[in-house]
Amino acid sequence: MHRRRFLMGAAAAGVSPVQALQKLAPGMVPPSFIRTGLDGKRVDSAAFKGKVVLLDFWASWCAPCVITIPHFRDWQTRLRGRGFQVIGISMDDSASEAKAAAARLGVNYPVVMGDAKLAAGYGGILGLPVEMLVGRDGRILSIWRGETPPTVIENAVKASLG
Amino acid sequence: MRSSLLLIASLLFAGVAAQPAMTATDIIPPSALIQPAQLAGELKTAPPTILQVGFSKLYQQAHIPGAIYAGPTNSETGLTALKAEAEKLPRGTAIVIYCGCCPWNRCPNMDAAYTTLKAMGFSKLRALYVADNFGQDWVDKGYPVVMGQ
Repeated sequence: MHRRRFLMGAAAAGVSPVQALQKLAPGMVPPSFIRTGLDGKRVDSAAFKGKVVLLDFWASWCAPCVITIPHFRDWQTRLRGRGFQVIGISMDDSASEAKAAAARLGVNYPVVMGDAKLAAGYGGILGLPVEMLVGRDGRILSIWRGETPPTVIENAVKASLG
Repeated sequence: MRSSLLLIASLLFAGVAAQPAMTATDIIPPSALIQPAQLAGELKTAPPTILQVGFSKLYQQAHIPGAIYAGPTNSETGLTALKAEAEKLPRGTAIVIYCGCCPWNRCPNMDAAYTTLKAMGFSKLRALYVADNFGQDWVDKGYPVVMGQ
C-alpha cells in the first residue's frame, strides 16, 4: 500500500524517468555554476575558461575518491603554471564533513558543495568518484566514472596541456 | 632500530587515519545477495520492501521505484534512520537494501545496514549487489528508476 501510494505520488508530481537526464560526453560544453567554496570564497566555473579544468565529484566517505585527492593536490601544485585547475565538488551531506576531509587531506584547490540539481546538470552523479576533464575551449575532453587509476587521468591532463 | 620501528608505525597509523572507513562487504554472505536483473524482475511481480542506505544526494537524483531512503548507514544518524524505518516493518518482511555509492568492495554503508537489520531480527533480508555504482549497474542497464525525492 505504501509503495503504491509512493508511485502514484511520484507520477502525480511529474517525476520523469531517469532517461530524461542528458548524459554528458566528450565534445560537449558542461554547465557552468557559481557557488560559495568551502573556504567562503566565490567559485565561478566560467572564470576558469582558458584553463584545463579537472572537475572532481567526490565525498569524504568515498574511499576511491579520497585515495586520488593527493594526486590532484600534487598536480594542482606542479601544473598550475601551465594553466591547470582542479575544482572539487563534494557530494557529502554536510559541508562540515567535506570541510574536515578537505583540511585533513590538504586540499589546495577550490571545493564547492554539490547537490542533486547540480549533479543532474552533469548528467547525473549516480556513483562516485566522477572526474571530468574540460579543455581550454570549455569543452569536455574526458569523463571517468568510477575508480580510475590516477595515471590514466594524469596522462590525459598532461596531453591536454600540450 | 627502535626509533625506526616507531617511525614506520607512526607512518602506517597516519596513513590509516587519513583514509575513511573501508569495508570489504564480506559480512554479507553470497546467499543474501540479489543481482540487479533479479530485483528488476521482482519489481514486476512481487516487489520487496526496498531501503536505500546510501547517500541522500544519490537518492534525490534517482532511485529504485518504491525505495525508501534510510541512510547513510556509515553514520550514526543514518543508522538511526534505518532503525526507525525498520521498526515499522514486521520481521518477516522481505527486504532488499541497496546503496551503489561506489564499487561494492568500497561501499561504507552496506555492511552496517545488513548487520543492523539482521540484529533486529529480519529473516528475509537481501542485499542488492551493485558491482560498480548505481548509475552503471542499474540506471544504464535500463532498469526501472524514478527521479527526484
